[in-house]
Amino acid sequence: MATALDMTAKQAEPEQESLAPVVAVEKVFKSFEGRKVLNGITLSVNRGETLAVLGRSGTGKSVLLRLIIGLDTPDSGAIRIHGRATAGLAIDQMGEIRKKMGFLFQNAALYDSLSVQENVAFPLEHHRKDMPKSERTDRVRQLLAEVGLERDIDKMPSDISGGMQKRVGLARALALEPEILLLDEPTAGLDPISSGEIDELVLKLQRERKMASIVVTHDLHSARTIAGRLALLNEGDVVIEGAFEDLQQSDIGFVKEFLKQS
Amino acid sequence: MSDRGFAPVADLSPPVQTRPTAFLPSIADYAANLFNGFFEWFGSLGIFSWQVLRAAVTPPYEWRELIRQLDEVGSKSLPLVAMAGAAIGVILSLEARYSLSRFGAKSMFPATLVYSVIQVMGPVITGLVVSGRVGAGMGAELASMKVTEQIDAIEASAINPYRLLAATRILACIVMLPLLTIATDTTALLTGWFAQAMVEPLSFHQFIANGFNNATFSAFLPQTFKTAVYGLIIGLIACFQGMRTRGGAAGVGRAATNSVVLASLFLILADVVLVKFILVFFP
Repeated sequence: MATALDMTAKQAEPEQESLAPVVAVEKVFKSFEGRKVLNGITLSVNRGETLAVLGRSGTGKSVLLRLIIGLDTPDSGAIRIHGRATAGLAIDQMGEIRKKMGFLFQNAALYDSLSVQENVAFPLEHHRKDMPKSERTDRVRQLLAEVGLERDIDKMPSDISGGMQKRVGLARALALEPEILLLDEPTAGLDPISSGEIDELVLKLQRERKMASIVVTHDLHSARTIAGRLALLNEGDVVIEGAFEDLQQSDIGFVKEFLKQS
Repeated sequence: MSDRGFAPVADLSPPVQTRPTAFLPSIADYAANLFNGFFEWFGSLGIFSWQVLRAAVTPPYEWRELIRQLDEVGSKSLPLVAMAGAAIGVILSLEARYSLSRFGAKSMFPATLVYSVIQVMGPVITGLVVSGRVGAGMGAELASMKVTEQIDAIEASAINPYRLLAATRILACIVMLPLLTIATDTTALLTGWFAQAMVEPLSFHQFIANGFNNATFSAFLPQTFKTAVYGLIIGLIACFQGMRTRGGAAGVGRAATNSVVLASLFLILADVVLVKFILVFFP
């Protein structure tokens, strides 16, 4: 027989779930061919929050994003999306979680045999099969307009610049209206104006869609602009986590050195 | 003197060199690596096959991509296999006429050509030609997608790449190989008859009537439809090699080469088993 206490606990469950971080990384270890890349890191992101993950090249920032979206699996530790652990899920089960996530790859990873329009339409064609074609076309145009590329819809990825490719990648990542946005070096290799435009775009999306975002970057200026919270990684560990001011006030040698060099 | 009564050989031998002893472990290491690599490759292929099978039999089905691949494998290979068949027909006709004349068995020409084309040459030539064209193409395309993270992007978009990329390609190969074999056989028989008719009168009707005299479906159908297994081998090896590629442009090149080489090799090895199997079940 269920006691009053049990009932209270059961009723409280949905409340706890909604309070759980949208993305939780718990004591995650990852090695490649004997080389430790992530050394038991713990991070979390809540709805409407943007976390910037900073660090030198090769410190496991991109690996962290790949683990979160399930393209790699952690050696140990847990990753939870909306409170659900992703470990051991089959590819189609993981697919259900991935529908709630948008991922911008470092090099955009556009499908080179498809046009800009077809790239953005790709997730919609597979997951919104009930959507009429005209509505899908309108949605693609709207997404491309949001990233300022409505005039380039028929171009091939090879015919547009790196910055434009990243915008197309961002439009594709937003196609399924994700609740979580993962951005891998969104401003790397871009000129300052293009970087600023990408930052503006991410800020606009945060305001309008209240997504939880994780931005991996080594661009401190960009991180400071778009993220409310920053985590600095070194040799697979989180050295410091907090607002930009917390990093500025830190006495840790690596943090000082990183801020000085950035 | 030693206990056995022989002079100690070691005293007269040249100083011991360290090189041969260092060489032996390196051979052992190489052999061990080769052995491990061999089993690792087959293990990975088994896991890959399971993933593809599971993706292929569960919805959603990728009909549009399947149709695109049927066109890619089928209609785009048709001219190539038809030309290969035409060449084989002429070669077999010339060789058969010469050999049969020597043994006074010229009347056996139509049956010899029909049987050698349909039972042996047609399936193998089709398999090898498709392995070269489709195997290399698929291997290189998927490898290029892998190294540019396009396959990761498909997976990140919640689409199963085993279903979209591998299952559709493998199924297209399985379906198209028997049809392409029929095309190869047809052109080979046409050109084989034509080459013979150029030398001495032989009507096409007579050629077909003599060639297929007493022939049963079981003599030809298993030989034609065994190429579905070739299709499975070509598609599976090309997709596997492509989707596990690492290492940029060099990796793409390796994947394309390995796809063709391994698919052709396994195709010939499979033929040994299939021929025996067909002889047992369709005597």
